[in-house]
Amino acid sequence: MSAFYALLLTVAFLVLIIGLTKKIIQYSRVPAPLKIPVTPAPLTKGGVAVRLAKEAILFAALFRSNKWTWLFGWMFHMSLFIVLINHLRFFIKDVPLPLVLLQNVGEYAAFTMFIGLAGLLIRRIFVARVKYISSPSDYLWLILLMVIALTGIVMRFVSHTDIIAVKEFSLGLLRLNWQTLPTDFPLMVHLLLVAVLMILLPFSKLLHIPGLFFAPTRNQVDNPREERHIAPWAAELDAEKNKVQPK
Amino acid sequence: MADFETPKFREYPAVPLIKQDEMAGGGPFVSRAEFDTDLGYPGELPEDWKEKTLEKMGDLLGRYRSLQVFMDSCIKCGACTDKCHYFIGTNDPKNMPVARQDLMRKVYRRYFTFAGKYFPKLVGAVDLTEDVLDEWYNYYHQCSECRRCSVFCPMGIDTAEVTMAAREILANVGKAQKYSNQIIQKVYKIGNNLGLPGKALKGILEDLEEEMEDECGVPVKFNMDEVGCDALLMTPSADFFAEPHIDGLIGYGKVLHELGITWTVSSKASEAANFGLFIGSYDNIQKVSMRIREAAIELKVKRIIFGECGHAWRVAYSFLNTLAGPFDFLDQNYPIPQHILEVTYGALEDGKLRMNKAENDHLTMTFHDSCNVARASRMGDTPGGQFDIPRAVIQASCNNYVDMDADTIKDATFCCGGGGGLLTDDLMELRVKGALPRMEALKEVTEESGVTNIAAICAICKSQFTKTLPYYGFEMDAIMSVHQLVSEAIVMKGSEQEKELDGVEEDEDAKSED
Repeated sequence: MSAFYALLLTVAFLVLIIGLTKKIIQYSRVPAPLKIPVTPAPLTKGGVAVRLAKEAILFAALFRSNKWTWLFGWMFHMSLFIVLINHLRFFIKDVPLPLVLLQNVGEYAAFTMFIGLAGLLIRRIFVARVKYISSPSDYLWLILLMVIALTGIVMRFVSHTDIIAVKEFSLGLLRLNWQTLPTDFPLMVHLLLVAVLMILLPFSKLLHIPGLFFAPTRNQVDNPREERHIAPWAAELDAEKNKVQPK
Repeated sequence: MADFETPKFREYPAVPLIKQDEMAGGGPFVSRAEFDTDLGYPGELPEDWKEKTLEKMGDLLGRYRSLQVFMDSCIKCGACTDKCHYFIGTNDPKNMPVARQDLMRKVYRRYFTFAGKYFPKLVGAVDLTEDVLDEWYNYYHQCSECRRCSVFCPMGIDTAEVTMAAREILANVGKAQKYSNQIIQKVYKIGNNLGLPGKALKGILEDLEEEMEDECGVPVKFNMDEVGCDALLMTPSADFFAEPHIDGLIGYGKVLHELGITWTVSSKASEAANFGLFIGSYDNIQKVSMRIREAAIELKVKRIIFGECGHAWRVAYSFLNTLAGPFDFLDQNYPIPQHILEVTYGALEDGKLRMNKAENDHLTMTFHDSCNVARASRMGDTPGGQFDIPRAVIQASCNNYVDMDADTIKDATFCCGGGGGLLTDDLMELRVKGALPRMEALKEVTEESGVTNIAAICAICKSQFTKTLPYYGFEMDAIMSVHQLVSEAIVMKGSEQEKELDGVEEDEDAKSED
């Protein structure tokens, strides 16, 4: 069983990294032939960085759009972020002080993560407009993340897992030196679903993670009059145009 | 008036319930082959339409980062679902931006993603059939490409990009829209959207000059094809033709005269509009744009100034440098291109224009931000200048000004309901219903603040409101051009208005009365 999980998680991690990298390469290679920032837009690259940061960290557009979706969505994402940082302890032999300190607050992030996800699920089921646009996969993602959060909560607060052994296992994964994994049921479910999540991420709507930063509507500088913007494939058409010049 | 009901004003504009298939149907008139072929499209459904559709879709996915990213990054959060004026006005769920995108996304997933290839039901992927194409045709012609949804999307997804791609794909399999394609063909053949030949245009402009001379006693010039002027004026052809557009043109003429800027229109490029944008065709946007470059070179001008037109300003401001630049042969001391409002605003700031606001005292104005100006362009040097400059010019021209509800103006402005190539009579039901949110906001300020008129800076908005205002109980001439207000208020040097105002004329009047 330990070997199966070790293999699964290693493969899942590779799929995640390779899949995501391929997508990011694709997004950066496809040209954006025209200037299409949604205005008012920043006039400088620094301004664009601020605009994107506000979207990535504060979900600014969503806040403007719908307060409930923002509340649950932001709660879930920020909690997940804290939870992920908290999990770094499983991959660092001597846990640094900031991580130790974070744990006191961090372990409750799993609850807010669960509440956020539950709010999103309820909204998806009961708001007719959102229900209309939902596919089975949209519900399944929420449920999958909820089960991951729930099994984490169970391991921490209800039926404790031998985390020393888990840490041995996870450190072993990094060194390709596979260790024995405790066979608690919640842990089995937790890790299985995490592996599923990592494998499916590059093939799913979770591509919104890189996608957010690649949207030309948000990442372009508003300077079309000052700087001429030209995409490679459009340069071909451009050659034709250069025949029209003042004499 | 028509075989549909005008939506009622809602007492509390809550999010409407969805009504399935409320706007199902065949969409606007399909183009005729003769219009298509001139634009580089086949004009009929080819036998291998399915392969052609997917091939074109793959092509566009490889050309437009926007399309590729937007197909992947939607999380179905529902933020956009209540933001589209066509959804608010029709309640058809396929007019929710995400659902409109999904019409294409479902096909994208089926043929271009692993998940959709092997688990179509799970991720809502569908096979491409002719019915799917027909549904695309119908609903991608119920989007005015106004970008309001993109403002609210956490991923920045712009449905306009998807709509444009869909229309380009459809045109490549013989399902182009008649209205847009016929207009582009007219631009190529005659020079403008209205099909107004050079001779007729010349006649109109000469009449205007005479009228100005009679009315103001000042020789305001309206040149056509005059070589060596300071500026080429690019303006929508509606400005040569119809109320309230032409009153705006008169306003530009007076401002430019007062500033001593000589200008001309070009008979060859007598149209600022660029419907290539609406059909999502890079080739056609560029071809239409090139006329401007050619005209500027032929007429040996130093500047290019654009009149009041929403999408034309988007193409001009955002794309012209890319599509028809570099404009190194023009005077680099001026923005290239420049909006007439930038000219007027700058002159007002410098105290170069004398305005008699009292001329407009019988009006209480509000301003409709046109979508393409608001969300796809800028004026002036600072972000948001596209909101402040028109308001500043209006307020310099009249004493009574009130803004509409904050959720319906500036970058949250609602489309007039007729943009994006939908300003055609065969889409009247959609246009009237799509105007609902704007009409509601207008109603509110008429009742609460006594607003009498609404100004706009877009030929499409002006035409659309002229048609739709009466459906909602307003007068059709409540819509005005911003430069119409300028035209009323401006006091040109040596004009009758100046004499009247400064009392020179009064003395003579007094004598004759004696």
